[in-house]
Formats: sequence, C-alpha cells, structure tokens
Amino acid sequence: MTQNTEFDLTKHTVRELNAALHAAEEGSFTVLNTGGAHALACGLNAPLEVTLKGHAGYYAGGMNKEASVVVEGNVGTGCAENIMSGVVRVMGDASQSLGASGHGGLVVCEGSASARAGISMKGVDIVVGGDVGHMSGFMAQAGRLVVLGDAGADLGDSIYEAEIFVRGDVVSLGADCEQKPMDPAHVDALGALLRQAGLDADPASFTRYGSARTLYNFHIDNAGEG
Amino acid sequence: MSDKRSIRGFATFPEDVISEIQRAANTGVYDIRGLGARRQVPSFDDLVFLGASMSRYPLEGYREACGVDVVLGDRFAKKPIELKVPITIAGMSFGALGANAKEALGRGASAAGTSTTTGDGGMTQEERGHSNLLVYQVLPSRYGMNPDDLRRADAIEIVVGQGAKPGGGGMLLGQKITERVAGMRTLPEGIDQRSACRHPDWTGPDDLEIKINELREITDWQKPIYVKVGAARPYYDTALSVKSGADVVVVDGMQGGTAATQDVFIEHVGIPTLPAVREAVRALKELDMHRKVQLIVSGGIRTGADVAKAMALGADAVSIGSAAMIALNCNRPLYVEDYEALGTAPGACAHCHTGRCPVGVATQDPELEARLDPEMAGRRVANYLQVMTLEAQTLARANGKSHLRNLEPEDLAALTVEGASMSQEPLAGSNWVPGRP
Ligand code: SF4
Repeated sequence: MTQNTEFDLTKHTVRELNAALHAAEEGSFTVLNTGGAHALACGLNAPLEVTLKGHAGYYAGGMNKEASVVVEGNVGTGCAENIMSGVVRVMGDASQSLGASGHGGLVVCEGSASARAGISMKGVDIVVGGDVGHMSGFMAQAGRLVVLGDAGADLGDSIYEAEIFVRGDVVSLGADCEQKPMDPAHVDALGALLRQAGLDADPASFTRYGSARTLYNFHIDNAGEG
Repeated sequence: MSDKRSIRGFATFPEDVISEIQRAANTGVYDIRGLGARRQVPSFDDLVFLGASMSRYPLEGYREACGVDVVLGDRFAKKPIELKVPITIAGMSFGALGANAKEALGRGASAAGTSTTTGDGGMTQEERGHSNLLVYQVLPSRYGMNPDDLRRADAIEIVVGQGAKPGGGGMLLGQKITERVAGMRTLPEGIDQRSACRHPDWTGPDDLEIKINELREITDWQKPIYVKVGAARPYYDTALSVKSGADVVVVDGMQGGTAATQDVFIEHVGIPTLPAVREAVRALKELDMHRKVQLIVSGGIRTGADVAKAMALGADAVSIGSAAMIALNCNRPLYVEDYEALGTAPGACAHCHTGRCPVGVATQDPELEARLDPEMAGRRVANYLQVMTLEAQTLARANGKSHLRNLEPEDLAALTVEGASMSQEPLAGSNWVPGRP
C-alpha cells in the first residue's frame, strides 16, 4: 500500500507543502486545514495522489502534470490553470477561469463553475456537474467543455476547435459559436468522458456547440481600382 | 507648359493619407503591418550628455575601467540573472520570426553575455539550445505554455502589454501559420490568428500578485519574475507591478515594434519611451525601490547613446527588438526585387506580417529562411551589442563614471522644450524644466 503523508497547513507553510510535492516521485498526500490558501499543489510533475481537505484559493492544482488532485471543498480563480495531464477534481464549486488554457488531462467540478470556465483551453477536458458562468469557453482552442447544468451568456465566444456540450439552457452564444449536430459518435465519446469524470448523465440529452469559423480569416473585399 | 510651382497638395490630405484612404476603400480591411511607429516622436535624441568640465573629471577612454554588468531579479528570486552587458534581446515569437532568426538572436546574446526572450508561441528547442540565458514569456494567449519550459527558463516575464500596442493582443496572419507554428499554438493552419489581449486567469494587480506567487511556487522561487507593460500609464503600472511582487519591471515605449498590428494602433496608442522611463523611475523612487526592483526600458533603442541616456534617467538595463532584427539584416538592401514585390523598399519595409520577408528574418518559408545563416547573423548581433556597449562606456567615461549605472540625470540636458518637459531635464543652456517653478 502506498504510504500517505499528511500536511497540516496550521503547522506547515504552502512553500513547504509544494516543495515536498515537487520532490516526490510517487505517493499519496493529504493536506489538512487548507484554509483557502492560494497555489496549493501547483506545478506537480509526478503521478502523486493529493487530497486537499477543505477549500482552496486561487490556482489550486495549477499546471498539473500526471498527478491526481482532489479538493474536498470549493476553489478560487484559475483552478487547474494550464493543466497538462492528470486529473484535478473539485467536489464543491469553482470560481472563475476553471481549467484556463489547459493543454490536456481532465478537470472535474462536481458543483458549479463561475465565469470563463475553459477560457483559452487547448486540449483539456473539463466536466462541470452544475452550471457555468458567462463567457465560458471564450477563445477555446481544443478539448471539450461539458456542462450538466446551464450556461451563462456568450458561451463559446470566439471559439476555435474546442467542443462544448451543454445539457441545460444557454443564455446566449458568443460571437462565432453555433449549435452543431450531435452524431452517434459524439454521444459515445461524451458518454465515455462522463464515465471517466464519474458524473451520471445521459449523453444523448446534451447539445453540442462549436465554431462557425467565420472569424478565422479577415474578410477582404478587393473592390480594386475600376 | 505646366508650372510645377502652381501645383499644390493638401496639408490635411498628403499623398500617404490619400493612398491609405484608397487602400481602405479597395479592401475593406484595416492596414496591418510590422515594426514600430513611423512618426517622429520626442526621443533620446532630444537629450545630450554634458560631459566632464571643471567640476567633473572624465575617465581615460581606453585605460580606466567602466563597468557594464548588471544583476536582475535579486528581490525575491534565488537565482537572479547576471548579465555582462545591460542590453537584452526583447521577446519576439517563433512564428513571427523564423527558427533561424530565433537561433541567431540566442547565439548573439549568448556571445555578448546577455539574455534573449521567447514570445507569443512558446519556447523552441533552437532558442533554448542557443541561449545561455533565456527569459520565458507568460502571455495572455498562453500559446505553447508549458510548466517544463517554465522550469527550464532562466527568468519569467509576465507580459501585460507591449509598447507598439498597449491594450492589444498579438496577430499572426494565416500565411505564417505553418504546420509547426499551428501545432505549437494549438490552432488550425492558415487562419488569421488574433491573440488574446487579457490574461485568462487574472485581472488587475491584486490577482497578479497571486499569479506571481503561483509561478514562484511552481518554479520553487528560483527564477526572477519580470512584469512587462506597454508605456500607457508607466507611473501607476510600475508602482502596481512592484506591489504585485515583480523582481523586474519592463517598460516598453510606443516606438517598440510588433510582428503584425493595426497601423492605427501602432501610431496612436501609448506614449514614447522618453517620458515612460522618467515616470517609471519616479514610481520606483517614491516607493524606495529604485535599484531594488530593476527597470528594463525598451522601445526604439538603437545606439550606445540611447542605452546610456536611458540608464542616466534611471533604467538598470535596456532591451532591443527592432534594432536586433536590423542587425540580423532586416531592411538591408539585399534581394531588392523581393522588397519591390511586396510594394516596399529597403529602409521602409514593415512587411513582417506577410511572411515574405526578403532577408529571411520574419518568415516561415524555408526558401526565404535559408537566406539567413544563423551563425553569421548571430555574430552580427554580438558585434552590434559590443558596439553599443563600447559607445555607452565612452559616454559614461566622458561623464566621469566608472560604471554605467552611475550615470545620473545631472549628466544630461535637453535640446527641445518637448524633450525637457518629458524627461524633466533642464533645457540646454538654462535651468529651466517645464512644469517646475
Ligand atoms: S525586412 Fe523582413 S523583418 Fe524587416 S520589416 Fe521587412 S519583412 Fe520585417
């Protein structure tokens, strides 16, 4: 059995915690009395299992590679920002910019996420059990943003090649974002992602959104000389 | 017979304005181009050094030592950057520049003992391999952002803005989005790419402080963290960067270049480098952080005189972008017919956005890129850095200074009222500083 190491943040600093996590090559870690501190378990670079027992501040699990980070509470802005691989799971709600610019891996928020969830995402899969706020999927380049609840205004504004799936209502779509057909292949792939995320929902009940690709190139009229 | 003296144009509609109106009418798209402002703005040319006199002793030009080294980032970072010369190479993206140009900049900077900087597109193996000291930019787009690159960088630069376009994101037109560039940026090939102008995960100085803390945690507090701002409100932006925990503040004036931006943005947004230095230094001094948080100034630095003047006004180092490209061969009269095919000429080219750079600097086209030999071009950059350094030392010695950092505002006078006003140096031959009693 892997040994578990406990870190109590009333006795250790965030610096000590992150230094120990960066030095470890494997193992499981439990962090007590998180107290909403920022930058908890960020920059991990090995297949560790880290559980934060409580709320976390900004950038929890930021730039994660390979590790599995579970937050048993809510998180602040930019949780799992620029994640490369591994899993970051939030059991509560998330503030803004969940999984921002994430390049890979999986981010699960069992509650709701605020504005700009999945902003500039570049390949990560983000699954939100509740709702997402406005401008979610803004400039999303690649990967999948899945919302089991509703989405706020301007969903997928200026989206590139990412895919967005929403089960509930969407207040409005942003510039260049449009509804796309939901083929059986999409239903199957979404079903697999939901299972991986451990969230129960019928994949066929989602609507798919993506880029209309009208902003990809400048429109030049060439009225010429005449 | 027509009498040329009777032909009179319009002050409001000179030839270039007429041509731009007609270009706009023909295409329906704004003018996008590279490099910096074409217009004349008050600059370091509006200042002169006073030199030594009865009350100031000069140093011997060739014999007496005049130091030029600088340490950047010793406020919080465990491993500050030590530069042999106070002239760094500014951030320019792979994508905007070809791989050979990036390699050449790395070679030149390394030979001179200074740093070079990545850009909006991530770090390439070529530039990491050839740069002894490499600054890794964290930009709003986060293209190619990777914690491994963050860890193998020597310093980190959070880019809030750029002098050519404070408030604007980058652009890279479709012709330069090749398979490699697209792959590094996770974008479809051939699109006209517009980078984000705001960071995706922080807004304002309070958030930035937390963001800087995260980057320090990820890199175990090893790397200096710079904050780069376009010269918009340099007094406040410098103060807020210090408050946010920056080790180094980079202020980029409006003469700074770009790979591709709307002409209207380049010419009409941001303030010149001259007043920006003075305002940034004022903020640092008021906070008692001058020389504790280092100031790098960029935007139109061309000569050792510019370096020395920026440092006399209080900068710790300068950064060059356009000038380094010119050292690589930008705007050199080679392949003149290729400049003509772009509708321009050597000395006037700002066509980096087209991807058809005649001298192989700002291109992804293998045939054009082959025109730039990275080894030779690297030597040109190193030579140019050496000349700038020697020039700056000459001026420092003439003012009796044994180190460039000892140059001071009292060594300068202004030649124009605008220069005096913006630099707060007295107008030459008087004690008059505009705005002071
Ligand atoms: S010569 Fe090349 S690098 Fe210089 S302005 Fe023209 S296109 Fe840009």
